[in-house]
Amino acid sequence: MIVKRKPLNFWERLYLPAILDGFRVTVRHFFKRKVTMQYPEEKWAVPPDYRGAPYLVRDQEGNTKCVSCQLCEFVCPPKAIRIIPPGPAGQLADRPNAEKMPAEFEINMLRCIFCGFCQEVCPEEAIFLLKDYSLTGTSREEMIYNKEKLLELGGTHGGIEKWKHKLAEAKEQENFPVKV
Amino acid sequence: MIAAITDWVKSPAGQFTLFTAVKIFAAFSIMMTMVAYVVLVERRVCAFIQDRIGPNRVGPFGLLQPAADGIKSFLKEEFTPAHVRKIYFILAPAIALMPAILNLAVIPFGSQIGHQPMVLANLNVGILYTFGMVSLGVYSIVLAGYAANSKYPFLGGIRSSAQMISYEISMGLSVIPIFMLVGSLNLNDVIGYQAQGLFSWLVFKQPLAFAIFLGAAFAETNRTPFDLPEAEQELAGGYNIEYSSIKFALFFMGEYANMILASAMMVTLFFGGWTLPWFGLDQPAATLTGGVAHIAIFLAKVFMFLLAFIWVRWMWPRFRYDQLMDLGWRRFLPLALANIVVTAVILWMRS
Repeated sequence: MIVKRKPLNFWERLYLPAILDGFRVTVRHFFKRKVTMQYPEEKWAVPPDYRGAPYLVRDQEGNTKCVSCQLCEFVCPPKAIRIIPPGPAGQLADRPNAEKMPAEFEINMLRCIFCGFCQEVCPEEAIFLLKDYSLTGTSREEMIYNKEKLLELGGTHGGIEKWKHKLAEAKEQENFPVKV
Repeated sequence: MIAAITDWVKSPAGQFTLFTAVKIFAAFSIMMTMVAYVVLVERRVCAFIQDRIGPNRVGPFGLLQPAADGIKSFLKEEFTPAHVRKIYFILAPAIALMPAILNLAVIPFGSQIGHQPMVLANLNVGILYTFGMVSLGVYSIVLAGYAANSKYPFLGGIRSSAQMISYEISMGLSVIPIFMLVGSLNLNDVIGYQAQGLFSWLVFKQPLAFAIFLGAAFAETNRTPFDLPEAEQELAGGYNIEYSSIKFALFFMGEYANMILASAMMVTLFFGGWTLPWFGLDQPAATLTGGVAHIAIFLAKVFMFLLAFIWVRWMWPRFRYDQLMDLGWRRFLPLALANIVVTAVILWMRS
């Protein structure tokens, strides 16, 4: 298809109206409010379901939620997670309804791809992708976050209290009148 | 020995040499500082036009940014590709800054301080010297394009040489009516002619000459809308793409130095140079304050033009190559010639 060009009229050929138009636009933008965010000082509001760095969370009583099942370690595509289970003679879990908790839990933040598989696969809701998006360090070792660091950064998760509900359900079932 | 030196210092020749050396040093440092800060102004202005803030981190309001830029360009790796023609490759950036600096010699940037005229060389062929130096400017670009020995810089160099040679003709012809009116090629006389009130400024007497000169100046300095030599989109950068580090920076500085010089030329030729038609500022200064005021007026006028150069770059798109040639040869050149003829006829009828 050939689009016929309209011949320019006298004013258009002078280019002066176009020049003035351009000047008007640039002057308007010159005095407009600027959109730049002064980044390290100002930061954008991270939405609540943002998938940032994965951290371990504690429940509302301050207990470690992770039970060292190693599903996240298994599912992690870049193999960023390394869990050392407590072993047969290891430390017991610090909460009821759990057999164990990890002796060590490391996430290599240089390898992590923020896919969220660990959060998805976790049966205990112990690991979440929180809102940290800018992780920095001066060495590779520094970027491997250990259990203490992950728990500290993760904080308390005020979400579903799975075992509290299970306990309530179990208690209900104990009192449930058995009908024949 | 010491007596001989003091005698020489007191002699007219010694005085002239010393004062000229001081003036050269001052003018050169002011020019280089301006080059550095025009880059900053350009970055800030373009940022503001694009709703951004621009560099504001180095020093207060980003005022030390030019220093950071300079350090960066010096410390970057200076890489010479294996396939370049070495001598020309090194020569081209060296030439890039030269015409602008040499042209500084004839620009009257003030009236006088004490009894020292504020011009480095009061040549009676000032404008001819200027155009001679301006035409050297094309060599750096041609040599850079040729020396790079690869096709994109070569295309950029070819385009640029064609553009600069074309517009140089219009530029040269556009100023001829001015010298017909003034009757002298000396730039001080041009300013003296314009010192008789606002409407003796040649921009009002020769608006067409000014329009052509302005357009040609944009083309000569390779600024938008005539920045084909460095068209990033089509030529991946143009004649300077094989350059790195300080060699690249020299081309960059050359562009801005040329801009400053073109602005200074326009101020001198069309906008009354260091004069202002009010407060008696149109006569050579008798006092030190007056002399400094004249320099300040000159720099302020130059800065207005620099702002125009910068603003235009962020306002308009680039000309197409055929439009560029069309404008240069089929619009500017006949108009400049007609302007000469008309001026000559009017002058003949008046006499």
